[in-house]
Amino acid sequence: MQPTAGITPSTLSVKDLPWQVEWNKDTCTLCGRCTSVCPVNAIELAVHRKRVVETATGLMQKPKNTYSVFHGIRQRTDAAYACIGCAMCTMVCPNNAIRPMRLDEGTALRFHNNRGGHARTRGGRRNAPDSLLDQIKFIRISMLTDPALDAGRHEFELRTLLGRVLPPEQGLKAFQENGWVPAVREIYPLVIGSMSFGALSPNMWEGLQMGVAYLNEEMGMPVRMCTGEGGCPPRLLRSRFLKYVILQIASGYFGWDEILHAIPHMKEDPCAIEIKYGQGAKPGDGGLLMWHKVNKLIASIRGVPPGVSLPSPPTHQTQYSIEESVAKMIQSMSMAWGFRVPVYPKISATTTSRAVLNNLVRNPYAAGLAIDGEDGGTGAAYNVSMNHMGHPIASNIRDCYHDLVQQGCQNEIPLIAGGGIGKNGNLAHNAAALIMLGASMVQVGKYVMQAGAGCVGSEIDRCNICNLGRCPKGITSQDPRVYRRLDPEKVAERVVDFYLAFDTELRKIFAPLGRSTSLPVGMSDALGIANKDAANRLGIQYVV
Amino acid sequence: MCRLFALTSTDPVSPMVAINALNVMKEGHDGSGVGLYLSGLSGPFAEHPEYPILSGIFTEKGLKRLDGIMDDLGFRPFHSVSIIKSAPPAGTPRRGVYLARAYEPPKAWADMPEAERTAQRVQTRVAIRQQGEAERDMMAFSFWPGVVMIKEVGDPLTVGEYLGLDRPDLHARRILCQGRQNTNYAINLYACHPFFIEGVCTMTNGENTAFIPIREYLSSRNVPGYTGYQSDSEVFTHIMHFTHYKLGLPVEAYKHVITPLSDAEMAGHPDQAMLARLKVLCRKMIIDGPNCVIGCLPDGTMFMVQDRKKLRPGVVGGKPGMYAFSSELCGLDAAIPDRDKTLDFQPMHLDTAYVRPECQEVTICSQLQALPRQR
Repeated sequence: MQPTAGITPSTLSVKDLPWQVEWNKDTCTLCGRCTSVCPVNAIELAVHRKRVVETATGLMQKPKNTYSVFHGIRQRTDAAYACIGCAMCTMVCPNNAIRPMRLDEGTALRFHNNRGGHARTRGGRRNAPDSLLDQIKFIRISMLTDPALDAGRHEFELRTLLGRVLPPEQGLKAFQENGWVPAVREIYPLVIGSMSFGALSPNMWEGLQMGVAYLNEEMGMPVRMCTGEGGCPPRLLRSRFLKYVILQIASGYFGWDEILHAIPHMKEDPCAIEIKYGQGAKPGDGGLLMWHKVNKLIASIRGVPPGVSLPSPPTHQTQYSIEESVAKMIQSMSMAWGFRVPVYPKISATTTSRAVLNNLVRNPYAAGLAIDGEDGGTGAAYNVSMNHMGHPIASNIRDCYHDLVQQGCQNEIPLIAGGGIGKNGNLAHNAAALIMLGASMVQVGKYVMQAGAGCVGSEIDRCNICNLGRCPKGITSQDPRVYRRLDPEKVAERVVDFYLAFDTELRKIFAPLGRSTSLPVGMSDALGIANKDAANRLGIQYVV
Repeated sequence: MCRLFALTSTDPVSPMVAINALNVMKEGHDGSGVGLYLSGLSGPFAEHPEYPILSGIFTEKGLKRLDGIMDDLGFRPFHSVSIIKSAPPAGTPRRGVYLARAYEPPKAWADMPEAERTAQRVQTRVAIRQQGEAERDMMAFSFWPGVVMIKEVGDPLTVGEYLGLDRPDLHARRILCQGRQNTNYAINLYACHPFFIEGVCTMTNGENTAFIPIREYLSSRNVPGYTGYQSDSEVFTHIMHFTHYKLGLPVEAYKHVITPLSDAEMAGHPDQAMLARLKVLCRKMIIDGPNCVIGCLPDGTMFMVQDRKKLRPGVVGGKPGMYAFSSELCGLDAAIPDRDKTLDFQPMHLDTAYVRPECQEVTICSQLQALPRQR
């Protein structure tokens, strides 16, 4: 700060920022790559003045001051330009001369990121590194009487059912009488959760689609991906790859004009239709695509004018009551595809999830219920929604599963769990734990971005600028200068890599439990936790 | 692990034949208990095959309570086998009366549809069991026409001799016998195989790692009698019951319920559409072995199936008139030494082996074969 500058309430020093850029003058080559790559312009080239006192030996000459300048980096302290810790500067620096360091103490920035009366919005996650799922252990290890299985050599059926499964008597009767039965898809239990075309860059979307297609067609893994609310590229709608896609409809109905018009031209039915009522990261809030991400391509797919912000309402306009809204929408969507496609709602985890579920149990066309927990991610939301709104997924899924057991409908309405699965990298473990708590499958988003495309977001408020369209990795940007950094082929390779690794890890979990012939949905006797309250709440064993 | 032995014969046989066969397999079980299912009985029980027989163990007080309960329901005792012993062998607790009593049903039963009679038999058994558990004075294992069940803790041979099971009125045409190793459950007679419900009886060797979800599923079926589950093997009996009564499927379909074919195996199967549907509908009842299941159906058909991984031993063999299903070959040798051993068969992961009550041959049905035509 210059001595003449005024000190205002929002005048911050570098120490007040959560991320501080460390720069080494000796190794810096002054190439300028760091300042040009920084997505938030947190650093700038600067001329630094330096004073050196030169003291000669002896008493004859007096010490004198020498003034010189040197060139280097300066971190900006304006709250609008605060470093986000993405470390792209480090990535591009030829000499590793620069890196952001996190300040562990509370930062003053959090009191000043509401300039102009605008509450902080961002993308990302809740930024809470703790995870209850990570604490769960698999404790029922098969020994002696029921020998553990060989994860490498036994056959494993790691598939799940998406769709309404009738009670056996009813289903068999329908078969014998050639009657209608709800559509059921046998799919892989790890689904790529809803991330829209628009929220994600075209390269990211293409990479994911290629990865999914490869897994299906070359690896024989029936992996599915949900579009999110942003429509679907017209060519994909008319291709045979549509069967790997779950189309999402949400309260903005973006892209559905295009989808409905494409129905007569579809070669394949989509895997399913997901009706989004809520999202774990921002429960009770609609989707939001900021105007700077709505370019011509996005606008045409979504059926909107370019350059306008696209906030979806928090709720569907048809919604009057659960009965009406859910039943109507499920019915309409089912009808659009001749009752051949499973249709299910997605809600944010809430204490009222069970009411929704119980309603669905009575609706013969409801194909499942997706529940998204508080640890889910988003491309854009208010900081307060992300940090403080929502319900943890574990107890919500467990309660819902217990309700289904009470009614004898477990696995007849599949529960799809989402939100924070693999948030600390333990993807297979978290997924297996949720399956054993009662989920039929899990949905992941953030993990896909982190593992599939190198998203630098973490649980300590790093980066989190998905909403700005300046994603340093090109994952959530619509600017070709940025997203061309992301090679779709490489994304596809990474998607295949992490799916195959997940598959191996899942076997490595199930084999010692003696499970291989079906997915162990609800196998709660295998779970333990060193937390008495959590054990009681989840109905699993307390182990120390 | 448990050892199993089952025998089906055209002529009544002493239960001790099966217990002796179990005894030669003793290396494979620790002798912590024995369970017996006897049907196709000879002697007085055969005079009125339609009279339900109550099998259980009762204290003196329990027996009086039982008389009161049955009298209130209108059942009149017809014939009883009461075994009262005072000096049990080491490891066997002293109990009251081991009872098998046939009852003449109430007059109202004459005009009752069979389904209702069945329901009342099950309800009566479950009620006696529940009341007995409260007062610890009654244990009821079965209440069904032509069926006697005996369960006790201790070495099978010692218990068999102690109870004097060689008596002629317990000779039976179909016998299931299990020597139990107590593993992860406390010694509780209700945890002892075989398990019985409405004419369906099975016993299992091994652990069912999918027990908890299956138990939850069966318990929520609203079927009276789907209770208990002191042992993870009881679900096999109830799944067979479900397959037989609720789905109306034949014995060959049981394996398609508990261990369905993989998609690759199903491709090209004559019943592909039906089996694919069954796999989806009955996914909740897919077991995860290692398990060898031996059982008997209401019509007297006796069967053996293995889990998908075939991790347990099991062999079937015999001669026309008498066939046996055994965990080990030595058990079979002990019971039917004069059979053609070249015809012995060890069912593998796709097979169902069964013998019809006429006892003329062993039928092997692979899951890859077409199912018998349903009428």
